[in-house]
Amino acid sequence: MKYEVVIGLEIHVELLTASKLFCGCSTAFGREPNSHCCPVCLGLPGSLPVFNRRAIELSVTAALALKSEVQLRSRFDRKNYFYPDLPKAYQVSQFDQPLARGGYLAMEYEGKKKLINLERVHLEEEAGKLIHAGDSIIGAGHSLVDYNRAGIPLLEIVTAPELHSGEEARLFLEDLRTVLLYAGVSDCKMEEGSLRCDANISLRPAGSSELGTKAEVKNMNSFRSVELALDYEIKRQQQVLSAGGVVNQETCHWDEEKKQTFSMRSKEGSSDYRYFPEPDLLPLVLEKSFVAELARTLPEMPAKRRERFQEQYNLEKKEAFMFTGNREMGDLFEAVAKIYRDYRNLANWIQGDLLYQLRESGKKIKEVEPALLANLLRLLDEGRINRPVAKELLAEMVQTGTDPVDLVKERGLEQISSRESLLPLLEQVIAENPEAVENYRQGKKKALAFLVGKVMAATKGRADPAELNRLFEEKIQG
Amino acid sequence: MHLYEQTAFELSRMLNSREVSSVEVVRSFLERIDEVDPHLKAFINYTPNQALETAGEVDSKRIGGEKLPALAGVPIAVKDNISTMGLQTTCASRILENYVPPFDATVISAIKKAKMPILGKTNLDEFAMGSSTENSAFFPTHNPWNLERVPGGSSGGSVVAVAAGMAPLALGSDTGGSIRQPAAMCGMTGLRPTYGRVSRYGLIAFASSLDQIGPVSLTALDGALLMNLIAGYDPLDSTSLSDAVPDYSARLEPDLNNLRIGVIRYDQGDGFDPEVTAAVYKAASLLEEYGARVGELTLPLTDYGLSAYYLIAPSEASSNLGRYDGVRYGFSVDADSIEAMFSRTRGEGFGPEVKRRIMIGTYALSAGYYDAYYLKAMKVRTMIRSDYEEAFKKYDLLLGAASPTPAFRLGEKIEDPLQMYLSDVCNITDALAGVPSLAVPAGLHSSGLPVGLQLTARPLKEKLLFKTARFFEEHRKQVPLRPELNFLEGRGR
Repeated sequence: MKYEVVIGLEIHVELLTASKLFCGCSTAFGREPNSHCCPVCLGLPGSLPVFNRRAIELSVTAALALKSEVQLRSRFDRKNYFYPDLPKAYQVSQFDQPLARGGYLAMEYEGKKKLINLERVHLEEEAGKLIHAGDSIIGAGHSLVDYNRAGIPLLEIVTAPELHSGEEARLFLEDLRTVLLYAGVSDCKMEEGSLRCDANISLRPAGSSELGTKAEVKNMNSFRSVELALDYEIKRQQQVLSAGGVVNQETCHWDEEKKQTFSMRSKEGSSDYRYFPEPDLLPLVLEKSFVAELARTLPEMPAKRRERFQEQYNLEKKEAFMFTGNREMGDLFEAVAKIYRDYRNLANWIQGDLLYQLRESGKKIKEVEPALLANLLRLLDEGRINRPVAKELLAEMVQTGTDPVDLVKERGLEQISSRESLLPLLEQVIAENPEAVENYRQGKKKALAFLVGKVMAATKGRADPAELNRLFEEKIQG
Repeated sequence: MHLYEQTAFELSRMLNSREVSSVEVVRSFLERIDEVDPHLKAFINYTPNQALETAGEVDSKRIGGEKLPALAGVPIAVKDNISTMGLQTTCASRILENYVPPFDATVISAIKKAKMPILGKTNLDEFAMGSSTENSAFFPTHNPWNLERVPGGSSGGSVVAVAAGMAPLALGSDTGGSIRQPAAMCGMTGLRPTYGRVSRYGLIAFASSLDQIGPVSLTALDGALLMNLIAGYDPLDSTSLSDAVPDYSARLEPDLNNLRIGVIRYDQGDGFDPEVTAAVYKAASLLEEYGARVGELTLPLTDYGLSAYYLIAPSEASSNLGRYDGVRYGFSVDADSIEAMFSRTRGEGFGPEVKRRIMIGTYALSAGYYDAYYLKAMKVRTMIRSDYEEAFKKYDLLLGAASPTPAFRLGEKIEDPLQMYLSDVCNITDALAGVPSLAVPAGLHSSGLPVGLQLTARPLKEKLLFKTARFFEEHRKQVPLRPELNFLEGRGR
């Protein structure tokens, strides 16, 4: 039988606030365990939560970026369950009155544009982190808890069950990440856990409209492992169903080493979280003007920017993807494009030599000064420097932030292209290399390159190679 | 007259005029504690050294001519569910027996700033769940009017400390009557402030939407002086109110002209002692005689209020008490699995009443039952609020009893939770409505036990409550109302 795969994702994103959702503790990653804790995030008796306004701003911004409808009145609820990483034995979350409802993300898959709908976006608090003695949670002798993470603001984004393969889920997740990075709400690092993804996945006979029994896949710690884990789980469920079996509603754990999923616990008799309104917080009431102001300051989103880049700058689709897949790279392109009109040439330089230099130097795109890059390209366009010099200057500009115009002046790097300046040098090289001159006369192209190279060496690379070619031809062949 | 017999106001006056030193005052109370607390058991922990240290500091500052807050040097007792940095805060529970908070509740910071020496932490029903202080995991507290009687609860320890001269003032907490009902049973003045008027930060939560800290005192003026310190907005408590705080103790002279009083008519089937009812009507006539306009009203939802309360409070409690799991602090029982550790820790750490309420609350919040119980209870609560809004269109003050009967016998109701819950019937709807409510003594019952009135006002009208309580003081024979401690040979009240 042919099956249709149905996948819905539940994505958790740690917001980029300096302090936690309900207290002043730092959110810095990778510090000494339990060093960023206080009575509030440890849930000590008598402590009470107080909203971090910045977390509200970032959540609303994220919701706006995802076209989710921000609710002017939302409420926080307690989700009650016992687990050692949960200091209060409840998580402050949002249940039936989330911060934002609906929304979508536009993506392209297999050459087709599609919209993946979202169910909701809501804000909640992060739990602590368990560190298991042993290789994995299964069979660990004991566990330690680090509450540094507890109370970091966490955004939950739930998609509709509208994804159909591991690859599509990964691409969606990558696009979602780009949108959230554009919106500036999270650093979205899957390796550090600031972006996490759980997936609900089920199979149904092709053409059927009823959903099959789903399994929840957890512990996918990279974009690649999302794709691998879901593809593995699809195969597993296919095998179960093809053999006439039934898929259990269960939670599966992705094992990165073994590249397979393991059943963790059956979801039958699923947990009852006993949600009820959090009495320690007032309902969250947002002013229309507050939301409007955040909407106004929201940057252009990647999909729209991609289309605009293709039209406005006449870029290839692939290039547009590349320049918008990274907000900073797109920002740099546009900043230079404002003062330098040869977009084609600019695109070539950015994706070629500039990216190479950034990789070599370990510098960040943000550190590149747009005006300097424009200066460099203009020096080249105006013939004041030649290409090899331009590449050297680019390297230096990236490394030190020095203006190429200054470098050219300081070091006398201007291209020598006038006939009067070049001719004496040319004549000297012809006189010193009769053999090469003879070879060139007989039609050996390599000999010309040799002669040009001699002049280049004598000018420390500043001579205009095109002009040299012409002059040699004129002098020797003419 | 001994120092320990003075009101807080009088002590403050004596300290300010340098008639006595704070060390002398604190010593007097410490001696009294030594003498009577072995019989009454009001305190879980005593903090004499800390109290004397604060007193000494106050004295040297006063000698140095420094201007000090009104209650500087006047000692206080604190209910043991209010967090005190570096001092055990047990909630009268095994599960927190050795818990030492690393921070002060906001009210504790306030009394420390005011330089009030803390004498110790007082007994309560475990996690404030109870109406007799018998649910303490450690020992019951006895009523100083009659040692065979309960002091009421859950703030029994704080109320007894003040009633028996072991402290001139105390902090209690009121979730559904826990300040007012014991105050009535011991002849004290006790205020439940408007919800949000006093910060809950550091008060160990029982039912967050109902818990309020309030003063227990010998007189209205003393209570007002303490409210001046603890009331006000706290950025650490999102539910605290930002409204300006009046000077509660200034110009407390009652003015009854045109004051509209509504006497709450109770269904006599609710187990009201006829003498209690008579005391309420006698108080109403007195008010009328002095210019007030008195009417009668019923709060028809009182019965539903009790049921709603005993769903809402346990629901919140079941969640608030989840954190006592043995992982981070407090009592912990080791076991082979994490689930076994949780369940043994909680099974052995909590007492029976706490477990009962956790179970009721867990049940009421469960999927499939939520709508029928918790949600319905919340709807009742909303209706009760509008009942009060209606009542306050007609009346400035509601007058009723603070407890349907005088103090009952130790052990009398401990096996019958429903009877125990009914002893809060006068107090609960005010708490659900979030309005301020004050217990004030109305003299003695024929049994020799005190009877208390309860006055309820619109939100933030605590000062009107104090003024009216002051009126009753002016017409009472004995102020403050103090028990004779007949277990002490040859000693007076």
